[in-house]
Amino acid sequence: MAEVNTSTIEFSKELSSFIEKWKNKQGNLVMILHKVQGEFGYIPRNAAIKVSHMLDTPLAKIYGVITFYNFFKLEKPGEHNIQVCTGTACYLKGGVDLIDELEILLGIGVNTVTDDGLFSIESVRCIGCCGLAPVILIDGEVFGKLEKDQLPEIIAKFRDK
Amino acid sequence: MATKTREDLRKIREDHKAGMVLENKEEEKNIEIIVGKGTCGIAAGADKTFDAIIKEIEEKDIKNITVRHAGCMGLCYAEPTIKVIIPGQPETLYGNVDSEAARKIIERHIIYGRQVESLIFDKPAVDIFKEEQDDNSDYKQYRIVLRNCGVIDPEKIDEYIVRDGYSALGKVLFEMSPDDVINEIKKSGLRGRGGAGFPTWMKWSFSKSVKNDKKYIICNADEGDPGAYMDRSTLEGDPHSVLEAMAIAGYAIGANEGIIYIRAEYPLAITKLEIAIDQAREYGLFGSNIMGSKFNFDFEIRLGAGAFVCGEETALIKSIEGDRGMPIPKPPFPAIEGLWGRPTIINNVETLANIPVIINKGGDWFAKLGTEKSKGTKVFALTGKIKNSGLIEVPMGTTLREIVFDIGGGISNGKAFKAVQTGGPSGGVLTEDFLDTPIDFDSLVAVGSMMGSGGMIVMDEDDCMVDIAKFYLEFCVEESCGKCAPCRIGTKKIYELLDKISIGNGEIEDLQKIKDMGEAMKKASLCGLGQTAPNPVLSVIKAFEEEIMEHINDKKCRAGKCKDLVTYTIDEEKCIGCTVCARKCPVNCIEGERKMVHIIDQSHCIKCGACFEVCKFNAVIVS
Repeated sequence: MAEVNTSTIEFSKELSSFIEKWKNKQGNLVMILHKVQGEFGYIPRNAAIKVSHMLDTPLAKIYGVITFYNFFKLEKPGEHNIQVCTGTACYLKGGVDLIDELEILLGIGVNTVTDDGLFSIESVRCIGCCGLAPVILIDGEVFGKLEKDQLPEIIAKFRDK
Repeated sequence: MATKTREDLRKIREDHKAGMVLENKEEEKNIEIIVGKGTCGIAAGADKTFDAIIKEIEEKDIKNITVRHAGCMGLCYAEPTIKVIIPGQPETLYGNVDSEAARKIIERHIIYGRQVESLIFDKPAVDIFKEEQDDNSDYKQYRIVLRNCGVIDPEKIDEYIVRDGYSALGKVLFEMSPDDVINEIKKSGLRGRGGAGFPTWMKWSFSKSVKNDKKYIICNADEGDPGAYMDRSTLEGDPHSVLEAMAIAGYAIGANEGIIYIRAEYPLAITKLEIAIDQAREYGLFGSNIMGSKFNFDFEIRLGAGAFVCGEETALIKSIEGDRGMPIPKPPFPAIEGLWGRPTIINNVETLANIPVIINKGGDWFAKLGTEKSKGTKVFALTGKIKNSGLIEVPMGTTLREIVFDIGGGISNGKAFKAVQTGGPSGGVLTEDFLDTPIDFDSLVAVGSMMGSGGMIVMDEDDCMVDIAKFYLEFCVEESCGKCAPCRIGTKKIYELLDKISIGNGEIEDLQKIKDMGEAMKKASLCGLGQTAPNPVLSVIKAFEEEIMEHINDKKCRAGKCKDLVTYTIDEEKCIGCTVCARKCPVNCIEGERKMVHIIDQSHCIKCGACFEVCKFNAVIVS
């Protein structure tokens, strides 16, 4: 296998020292991947390779773990990632209709990013705001009791940010 | 800071007996406002409400008042919620308090002493706040697990201590032997609240009997059931009770390390836990020589990463070990051979939150609550088509009717009740016939459902049962780890059959195929996920066979959810030709002049239902 140049990706001081701290702890991989995703918003291939070197763990194992868990992403999400809750309560109250409408409005499908890199749509598990169903989450802000008609306005608000 | 002894804790309690006012004692602060700031409260704008209250108090220069925040009060449908406590008056609970409402409440209630009637909650919502848990009260709810949620500020350890916090740990360390502790839990009859209902004391005694220099207590806070969030609320509102319980469990089985395995999607709960652990460490309540005893116990937080199968004990352990969370065959059970091969107890958040109360009040007291085989209370996340959705805690044995109609206020929008789903992707649906069944672990299993972690989703006439079964199956297809064939292939095949039925291609034999496969999965799957995955669909077949047969024979979906079986037409009598539907139609398949009857071109209709939604004259017919 060709030598991969891991110098193309920089880890922040905080991330590097976190990995250093956890390096010799048992079962550290999931925790370290969380930290990597926290820094980049997803787990870039180069970052996974770098972690593999730092921990002396095969890249295949890291890939296996990343793809097993829903939380980890291999693709970079949009600047504003729109998370639509599809827990049971939101499903019953029309969460899927919200996804359909977003797909029409943004011209993209779930887990894809708009051409300008601004938005992506993600369907997520119950975020625990069932009383406000159906809900979407954009940049940590929750919009509850949503109707389809409200979506264009919300998108416009984030487009202008 | 020096280690706090039991005597020190007692002093803290006595010092604050006068009330929960813990700061600025020099001033007389006798009015209190508590703002519920759980995840759902914040989502609904509790932060803004909080700021508005502070600002208004400063502007009006009100002195004798304390504003605190607390965890979730359980009234999700009415967030943000605030509680006003004025000495000598009954506590007042306000709902839907935005900034404007907050100013109004300060102005009228605090300054002029007149309640703002329009924002007050009346029964049944207020029954949640019955503080004195006296056995004769006629309130439907009874809070043990949620006793401190919405009452204390989870970021202040003293407030927990004042409400008897860490007294159970003190009692255990200085007055009880490990066997005494396990006996007390045995007397209480406490069963695991994570779903299966395994007796907690038995699990503990398995681990205790194993000799090993290292044992672990794991708190399973990887709440994955879509539609259940009681563990999140408990941790956000009262993290110490779970931590204290883990230390008690550690003492009982001889473990010194606690691990909290929590969903990464719960950032607020993680923060509250971290703060709680730090504060308790500072008080010497965790670490070495707890409260001056010889017992050591400390914590580590490990994040889950979104895998439902990790609710299964062996899969959870694999995940903490840094691997793909795939289950392994049992035995050996984790209680004997768990994390890193050491004896490991895994208890769910809600189970643990009961422990300090059981130790303080005694197992016998706890056992008085509930039914013969299910003791204590159960927290439910009541959601779906219900008026008052939220977190409720009721004694085991409460009927579904009491929960849905008395506490939940019935179905929203005047629709008819259809079913309640309990147990999430592992449970089943309960119809009207079961409304008067007392709910406990065994009664639910007997009627084809299960307790699960406590999601309770109410459905009305607009919900299609084929669609619901499909929803849960789809979830299980995605979440099956793929290790064993019955689950990996079974979930997928049943899902495909349901999909076939929902698009109008169903055949009579399909039902039998689903049943056969479901039974095979129950028997042959490796872990709980696969063994219970067929439950939702099997219970739907049992309770709603007629509705499924309609899909198969008549190609009809009575709820109008299965798009392929629905046709939208326009009633000539009712259509006035307002053109709204034609303008709304995304594929322009509605034709008609102004003031003329409109017609839908069926060959182009995508059945989105937009025309049905916008028509003000009920002229669009779904059939």
